Amino acid sequence: MVEWFRRSTDKIKTISKKDTAEGIWVKCPRCTQVIYSEELKKNQYVCSGCSHHFRITSQQYFNMLLDDPKNILEIGKNIESVDPLKFNAVSKYSDQLKAAKEKTGYNDAIRTVVGEIGGYKTAIGIMDFSFIGGSMGSVVGEKISRLVSYAISNKTPLIIVSASGGARMQEGSYSLMQMAKTSAMVAKFSKEKGLFISILTDPTTGGTTASFAMLGDIILAEPNALIGFAGARVIKQTIGQDLPEGFQRAEFLLDKGFVDSIVHRSDLKNTLIKIFKFFKYHPDHLVT
Amino acid sequence: MSNYILDFEAPLKVIDEKIDMLRLTGTKTGENVSSNIKKLEAKLEQKKADIYSKLSRWDRVQLARHPNRPHSLDYIRMISEDFFELHGDRYFAEDPSVVCGLMTMEDKPYMVIAQQKGRTTKENLYRNFGMSRPEGYRKALRIMKLAEKFNVPILTLIDTMGAYPGLGAEERGQAEAIARNLFEMPLLEVPIINLVIGEGASGGALGIGVGDRLFCQENTWFSVISPEGCASILYRDSSRAFEAADAMKVTAADLMEMGIADKIIPEPNYGAHYDSDGAAKVVKETLIKEFQYLLNMDKEELLRQRFVKYERIGSWKE
Ligand SMILES: [Zn+2]
Repeated sequence: MVEWFRRSTDKIKTISKKDTAEGIWVKCPRCTQVIYSEELKKNQYVCSGCSHHFRITSQQYFNMLLDDPKNILEIGKNIESVDPLKFNAVSKYSDQLKAAKEKTGYNDAIRTVVGEIGGYKTAIGIMDFSFIGGSMGSVVGEKISRLVSYAISNKTPLIIVSASGGARMQEGSYSLMQMAKTSAMVAKFSKEKGLFISILTDPTTGGTTASFAMLGDIILAEPNALIGFAGARVIKQTIGQDLPEGFQRAEFLLDKGFVDSIVHRSDLKNTLIKIFKFFKYHPDHLVT
Repeated sequence: MSNYILDFEAPLKVIDEKIDMLRLTGTKTGENVSSNIKKLEAKLEQKKADIYSKLSRWDRVQLARHPNRPHSLDYIRMISEDFFELHGDRYFAEDPSVVCGLMTMEDKPYMVIAQQKGRTTKENLYRNFGMSRPEGYRKALRIMKLAEKFNVPILTLIDTMGAYPGLGAEERGQAEAIARNLFEMPLLEVPIINLVIGEGASGGALGIGVGDRLFCQENTWFSVISPEGCASILYRDSSRAFEAADAMKVTAADLMEMGIADKIIPEPNYGAHYDSDGAAKVVKETLIKEFQYLLNMDKEELLRQRFVKYERIGSWKE
């Protein structure tokens, strides 16, 4: 869970509004090819040279998956953290929250909505890595809990797109318990025969991976996404040797048997629709 | 006096040594020192009471790790008449950092799932310092399912710094193993009590920590990460763990305040590291009483309340 802090200072940046303004060129962090940002946007933020999947915001992801990103019911939109521990170490958590809200324009690290994907009404949550490393605290836990409740009551499929460094340390054991809370809700949903598709994007680590993210009936991953439990640095320290090439990448997890399929962004929406159709969900254009 | 002195107990050691010296003088010179010894002993008791009445969070963390504190197998020995251990996850390996088995307590059956640390280096290597691999969590789940099949209530004892961060553990799905337990435990149709007997950090502790009640012994801590881990992230200096313990509010009392723990089990006579029998006695009494209550509950109601308990945890505004 601990790695978001370090990764948030990584050179791999989430594409922000500023970077994608017209006329801006973006350098692919993987193959160093320079890409015109409008081109990148058209290509769903995937490098045309090497297929590197850029980290994107929840809004960019919603735009990609939903038929009409404006035709949504947002669940728990106004839920906010209250800094329950009055956490103050190096910097105040309340200040971190304020800065993250200003930077992203969101209240916390996930947005949960009901929308349509290929006409299928779907309960869908998408995480924002740019909000305090996509970490899961009480707000993320509560929003997921409500999203799952909606899916149970309305018999819709459930999708969660993860982008998270794990549990949010600044909420202490409250954040730890969100792992139990979200997993219990997924269990309840599963018992009601609901379909949960978990989509793992770069990065999905720590307590997020060790809870709802690994509990999909079907688990999809983006190419080359970092997915794991413990941080690579901690593991290296513990075992005292270098880690193998491609360790904790989506392809590594596929090889070890922990994801069902690696899906390129350009195929993702169609893949979801295909799965909904296979499991006999009914298209329903009424979002209420 | 224990042979292992924590920093905050240093003043006790000073008095204790004075008493020893006085005794020695008495033996050597034949002088009557008994009244002076009595005075010092009273002073020692007073000082001890004083120190233990205002323990800091970091003091509690140290007590939770005290080498004289009973570990899971010690408690099992002290509270049960019989214990039969079951090994292996049936997929890959046996993980000795988790001990599972059939326990009889006051003639009644309980399934025990317990994290086990060692005392000597050899033991610690065997127990992997109480840090479980995926096999530990999968064995735990297998045994919990067995308990459910035969309607046996489950007791889990939590005492870990966290899940093992190793290459093999990741390859074999540490995250999946923990997540699977978090998914399955809320659904188990038997009463589950989770008891923190030492330390409990991260998903590694939670992986056997879901149930109807979370009890914490008095000198324990439980949080999302160890104070050292938190400090090394925040300050890049694990020696500032005492600050992290305060920032994260990790003690049993904190967990009660947050509404996460359901009960603090007191440790008589200044703690389980001084009086393990006393501690075990209170643990046993508390468990028997609570299991009896839970066993009398209707299954549906038991599970409903368990879900409500987890749905409620958190703190936010809207
Ligand atoms: Zn590229």
